[in-house]
Amino acid sequence: MNWVDAGRWVISSVFSHRFRSLLTALGMAVGIASVTLLTAIGEGVQHYVLDSFSQFGARIIAINPGLKETHGSGGLLSTVRPLTLRDAQALKQLAGVEKVVPVVQGSGTVEFNHRQRNGVILGVGPDMSEAWNFKVAQGRFFSGDLEDARPTAVLGYTMKKELFGETSPLGQYIRVGGQRFRVIGTIEEKGQMLGMDLDDTIYIPAQNGLQMFNRESLMEINVVFSANTSLQHLEKSIMQLMIDRHGREDVTLTTQNDMLESMDKILSILKLSVGALGSISLLVGAVGILAIMTTTVKERTAEVGLLRALGADKKTVLHLFLGEAIVLALMGGALGLLLLFMLTGVLHMALPGLPVTFNVFFLGLALFVSALIGLIAGVFPAGQAANLDPIKALHEE
Amino acid sequence: MIELKHLEKKFHIGDQVVHALDDVSLRIEQGEYIAVMGPSGSGKSTLMNILGLLDRANSGDYLLDGINASALGEAERTRLRSDKIGFVFQSYHLVPRLTARENVELPMMLSGIPVKQRKKAVDDVLDKLNLMDRAHHSPNQLSGGQRQRVAIGRAIVMKPSILLADEPTGNLDSKSGEEVTKLLESLNDEGITLMIVTHDPTLGARARRQLNMLDGRIV
Ligand SMILES: Nc1ncnc2c1ncn2[C@@H]1O[C@H](COP(=O)(O)OP(=O)(O)OP(=O)(O)O)[C@@H](O)[C@H]1O
Ligand SMILES: [Mg+2]
Repeated sequence: MNWVDAGRWVISSVFSHRFRSLLTALGMAVGIASVTLLTAIGEGVQHYVLDSFSQFGARIIAINPGLKETHGSGGLLSTVRPLTLRDAQALKQLAGVEKVVPVVQGSGTVEFNHRQRNGVILGVGPDMSEAWNFKVAQGRFFSGDLEDARPTAVLGYTMKKELFGETSPLGQYIRVGGQRFRVIGTIEEKGQMLGMDLDDTIYIPAQNGLQMFNRESLMEINVVFSANTSLQHLEKSIMQLMIDRHGREDVTLTTQNDMLESMDKILSILKLSVGALGSISLLVGAVGILAIMTTTVKERTAEVGLLRALGADKKTVLHLFLGEAIVLALMGGALGLLLLFMLTGVLHMALPGLPVTFNVFFLGLALFVSALIGLIAGVFPAGQAANLDPIKALHEE
Repeated sequence: MIELKHLEKKFHIGDQVVHALDDVSLRIEQGEYIAVMGPSGSGKSTLMNILGLLDRANSGDYLLDGINASALGEAERTRLRSDKIGFVFQSYHLVPRLTARENVELPMMLSGIPVKQRKKAVDDVLDKLNLMDRAHHSPNQLSGGQRQRVAIGRAIVMKPSILLADEPTGNLDSKSGEEVTKLLESLNDEGITLMIVTHDPTLGARARRQLNMLDGRIV
């Protein structure tokens, strides 16, 4: 039997029970639509998170005090030398380094005219605005040397709104952690990242931050390097510099790649588990196909006997029934994608912000998976048909 | 030509053994017209199933046009069956979702014969059986006699050397039955070997040779 004839036979069989086939395919469709939609949402969230992460710029290396392995082991921690503004200063001299941002973080009360707000206080250097791509909305950012200690502050969007409303904060004096600072600028709205409000923040010079929190060491130094510098090379020279300055290797370097990678790993697992959840509904679709194919084989027992008498071998019978199961499943898959497009349309109208992305690979995969499910669900009933005794089968009515 | 030598066929039902065929030896020349008769359970259908290569005897030899069919594997028996044997069943066994024409075409389709060749052979058969105007009807639009004619068309489209008909007129009124019998006889006149199982003595008497069976033996 050639392929075209087999295909026509299979299609005519499936369409001889339009309604029943449609219902079976629909069961499959719901499964395919939900798996694809859930995976797409997972994919969308992944893109969204990674995008918001990389807004800090891709060519960035974070330097933290202490070695990765010694984190938490107090005994060794004492030998770690503090990460200082001098270190930051030295890093700035390295070839290929464009910007250096010392970071020290704490929280405290910010006051203006009897209004108070608790927020994140970040001690940073003058390079921060450009290094992190946090654009200045009003006024200016810190200028001068990264070791300078001047009582000046820049407000994040939320902090500014809460303390000053619509009036301009420029030149006003506020109290940060009990000390007087003059507001010189504000940062544009950054939104949220992973549930953290990036705008409920006040920026002060790193030197002031160290004093305010009574710390010897910076929490982190961010280094932005030029496009024509190799990451590996720079990592090496940063490490060499730190060893020269501290006498031993006592800092950890984290590149944007490392961060994105671990983030990507977590999100992939999330995506997979969501997809796995959806595949339960695929199982339901598969059981539907199994049930309908078993019924079909029962109904057409005499026909199987006839086919055998007319010269079809077991394999041909097997293939014909497998073909039916696969066509049913593929119809389900195609219907599922149709359903998916309608659902996405509705979703886009209802929740325009929800990131949902599809790629052709996924859609192709959905169809492939449908066919595979049809094949698996069809194996048992098709095998039953193929193994029927033709004489007995011919006597069934 | 068909030769059966000491065929035995037993069925086991629980502890009981039914001797469906008991030392059956038989020689059938090409072009013979044979009626197989006998009471219910005497082994007529069992004999037809073995002749039609749908079943195997427990012992004995079956030679079909010089080929020892008992020695062949399943695949070869399937091929031999589609080449040399045509079946006509009491209940027609037409595929309901195919047209008359497609039903006739079915054995050629299953054998993978190219469409062009198929068209000519099917046209010839439909023409011969006066079914041209019914070609695009589905089985449930046809009378019993017409259905059996379509089934006969399907049985001869591969030009088999032998036609096995197990009570072909059992479901038909006497007029349609007569038509179908005439059709089968005219095919026999053209040279095909015709074997009909029947309970009808007058029908049986029309054959040139009668086989009477009793308890699995030819008497
Ligand atoms: N598959 C089977 N399993 C068990 N016994 C069987 C089987 N097929 C046939 N038999 C038995 O073999 C014997 C011969 O059966 P067969 O069908 O050949 O008779 P028959 O002459 O065709 O009868 P009828 O005129 O009723 O069609 C019967 O006793 C029957 O019960
Ligand atoms: Mg019988």
